[in-house]
Amino acid sequence: MSTTKIYKTEAGKNVYGLMAEFKTPADTYHAAEKVRDAGFGKWDVYSPFPIHGIEEAMGLPATKLPLVVAAVGLTMACAGFGFQYFVRFIDYPLIHQGKPADAWQLLVPVTFEIGVLFTAFTALLGMLAFNGLPRWHHPLLAKERFLRTSDDRFIIAVEAADPKFNPEATRKLLTDAGATSVEVVED
Amino acid sequence: MSAIQPDQTAAQRLAGLIKPPPSPPEMNPQTGDGSLVDDPAIRAPLVLGGRSFNDVTETVCGYIEKGPGRWWLPAFGIASSVAGLMPLSIIYLIITGVGVWGLNNRVDWAWDITNFVFWIGIGHAGTLISAILCLFKQKWRTSINRAAEAMTIFAVICAGTFPGVHVGRVWMAWMLFPIPNANNIWSNFASPLLWDVFAVSTYAIVSLLFWYMGMIPDFATLRDRAALRLMKSPEGQTLPIVNIRIDRIMAFTYGLLAVGWRFSTRHWLNYEKAYIMLAGVSTPLVLSVHSIVSFDFATSILPGWHTTIFPPYFVAGAIFGGFAMVLLLLIPSRELFPGMKDLITRRHLENMAKIILTTGMMVGFAYAMEFFIAWFSQNQYEIDVFLYNRVIPDFIDPRGAPYWWAYWAMISCNVLSPQVFWFKKMRQSIPVIFVVSLLVTIGMWFERFVIIVTSLHRAFLPGSWGMFSPTLIDIALFVGSCGTFLTLYLLFTRFLPQFAMSEIKNVMPQASPHFHDDHAGQAHGAGHLPGAHHAPEAPTNGGNP
Repeated sequence: MSTTKIYKTEAGKNVYGLMAEFKTPADTYHAAEKVRDAGFGKWDVYSPFPIHGIEEAMGLPATKLPLVVAAVGLTMACAGFGFQYFVRFIDYPLIHQGKPADAWQLLVPVTFEIGVLFTAFTALLGMLAFNGLPRWHHPLLAKERFLRTSDDRFIIAVEAADPKFNPEATRKLLTDAGATSVEVVED
Repeated sequence: MSAIQPDQTAAQRLAGLIKPPPSPPEMNPQTGDGSLVDDPAIRAPLVLGGRSFNDVTETVCGYIEKGPGRWWLPAFGIASSVAGLMPLSIIYLIITGVGVWGLNNRVDWAWDITNFVFWIGIGHAGTLISAILCLFKQKWRTSINRAAEAMTIFAVICAGTFPGVHVGRVWMAWMLFPIPNANNIWSNFASPLLWDVFAVSTYAIVSLLFWYMGMIPDFATLRDRAALRLMKSPEGQTLPIVNIRIDRIMAFTYGLLAVGWRFSTRHWLNYEKAYIMLAGVSTPLVLSVHSIVSFDFATSILPGWHTTIFPPYFVAGAIFGGFAMVLLLLIPSRELFPGMKDLITRRHLENMAKIILTTGMMVGFAYAMEFFIAWFSQNQYEIDVFLYNRVIPDFIDPRGAPYWWAYWAMISCNVLSPQVFWFKKMRQSIPVIFVVSLLVTIGMWFERFVIIVTSLHRAFLPGSWGMFSPTLIDIALFVGSCGTFLTLYLLFTRFLPQFAMSEIKNVMPQASPHFHDDHAGQAHGAGHLPGAHHAPEAPTNGGNP
C-alpha cells in the first residue's frame, strides 16, 4: 500500500524526517506557507505557543472536536435529566414542599451541572485523543535542538513517510524557506 | 518609551539574540513601571523589561528549578503548622460530635457554613479570570490566570471540607450522592442542598481539569529543560540518601504530567479549541455554583434569607472577595519572586482594583436593595430582621441587634473601603490595594456571618431566640483552613509553573507573525489578519497585540 520509500541513515537507522529550525514566528509563518504550497501532507510546525493564523499558513481544516464535545455534553445532560426523572417521579415519587408532582423545573440545576461536567471531561480527553496523546516518546523528542521549542525555537518537521519527501529536495525547500539549520531525525 | 517602541537593539533583544541590559527600568512618575499608560492609543505592555521568550521561560522555570529562596521553607513550616489545626479539630469533631461547635437549637448553621460560603466565593475569582476574561479576550489575564486558578482549587478544597464535616455523621456522607442503598430511598433532587453537592463537586472537578489542561505545555517545558540538562552534563545535583538525580525525577514527573506534549501546531489547534470550550462551560458554571449556594438560603422562608436578589448578589460578592484574595497572594509574590514584577505589572494590579471597585458597588447596591424591598413589601418580619437584627446597635435601642458590630464591619469593609479606588493615586498605590484587599476579605467573611447568624438567631418566635458564640474548635477549624490554603499555595509556588508561559509568550509583541525584528522600529501589532496589508508606521503603535 505504501508508495513511500524507507530512508536509512548512515548508521542504518530509519529516518523519521527532516527538522528545520527557524528564528522568529514570522520566518516560521512564511516557511509554513512554502511547505504547504509544495503539497506536503505529513508535516508539522512546532512552536512554544500557537502562532497567530498559522492554521491558514499550513492549510489545516478546522477541528471536529467541538462536535464531539457537544454531542457528549448534551447526551449526558439528557441522561442526567432522565435519571433524576426516574428517581423522583417513577421509582420513588415524593411529594413535598408544596411542589407539584410533575415539577420538572426542579431537575434543571443538576441536569445543567451534569452536562457541564461531561462537557469538560470530553473537552480535555477528546483533545488528548484527537492529538494521539498521552504518548511516552516521539522521535523528535530525542533531538536536543527540538527540545528548545518548548522555550523559544520554531521548528518545521517534514516526515519521510510523506509521498513527496525527498532528502535533498526537501532539505533545499526548507533551507530556501529561511531555515537556520536542517537536521535528519532518526526514527 | 523604549519599553513599548523597540528600536534596533530592543528588537534584537526581544528576539532573544542579545541579552537585556542589566540596569533596572527606571520608574516614570506618569507611567510607573511603564504599564500605567493613560493614552488610549497606546496599549500598555503586558510584559516589561524588554523580555525575550527565553527570559520568560527562565524566570518561570527558575522558581521551580532553583527554588524560590530562603524565605520559602520557614513560611512553609509556619503555614503547614497552622494547617495542622484543621485535621486535629476535624478528628476531635468526628470522635465527639458537632456539639464541639458553638451551634445550638436556634443557630444551627454558623461558622461552618460561613466558612464554606467564604471559601467557595474566593474560588470564583480564579474561574472569572481564567474563563470569563478568556472569552472577553482580555490579554492581561495571561500573567495572573495560573495563580488565580490554583487559588480556586485550594479554596474549593477548604470549602468542601466544611459541609463535609458539618453533616454530623461523616461516615454517612456518601448518602449525599444518589447511590442505591438499603433504605431504598434516593437523595432529594428537589433540595438546593443536593444541587449544592452537584454544583460544588462539578465546580471542583472542572476547575481542576481547566487548571491541568493549561499546565500541560508548561509541564512539557519543564520536562524538556530537565531532559536538556541530562543530555548536557552527566553529573548533577542528587537527592540525599537515595542518590537519584533531581533532573531525572523532574524529567520523569513533569514528563508524566505533560502526557507527551510536543508543541505541535496540529495539537495546538485542538488544544486552543478545547480551552475555549472549557472557558465557555466554566463561565455559566461559575455563575451557577454561587447561585445554587445562595438557593440554600433563598428557598427557605427565613426572613433575611428569603430574597430573590440572592443569586446575583452572591455571585458579585464572590468575585469581589475572590479578587481581593488574588491580590493578597500576588502582591507579596511580586516582592518575593525576582522578575515577577515584569510579568505582573502595576497595570494588572490597577485592573484588579477596578474590578474590586465595580463588584464592590454591586454588592453595596444589593445591600441597599434588600432594605428597599423590606420596606417596599412592608413585611414586618423582614423589616425587623434588617433593622433590629443587623443595623441598630443594642446600646442605642434595647430591641437592637447584639450583632451590630458584624453588620457594620461588613459595611465599612465591603462598601466604604473600596471607594478609595475612585482615585487614581489610590488604585495605583500597591500598599493601598493590599490594605483594601485585606479589608474586603475580612468584610466578605463578615457578610456571610451576618447573613447566616443574624438571620437565624432571632426569627419568628421570640421564645426561641438565642445567641451564637464560637468555641475554640470553631476558631481552630477556620484558622486551620487558612493555613491549609496557604500551605497548598506555597507548594504550588515551589513545584508548579506559576505563570502560563505559552500564553504569556503569545501576547508578547514579537509573537506576532508580522513582527519584523530586522526592520528597526517596525513593530506591527498582531491585530492584522495574515496576508493583510501592513499598517503605515505610527510612532505610537505599541507593537503589542
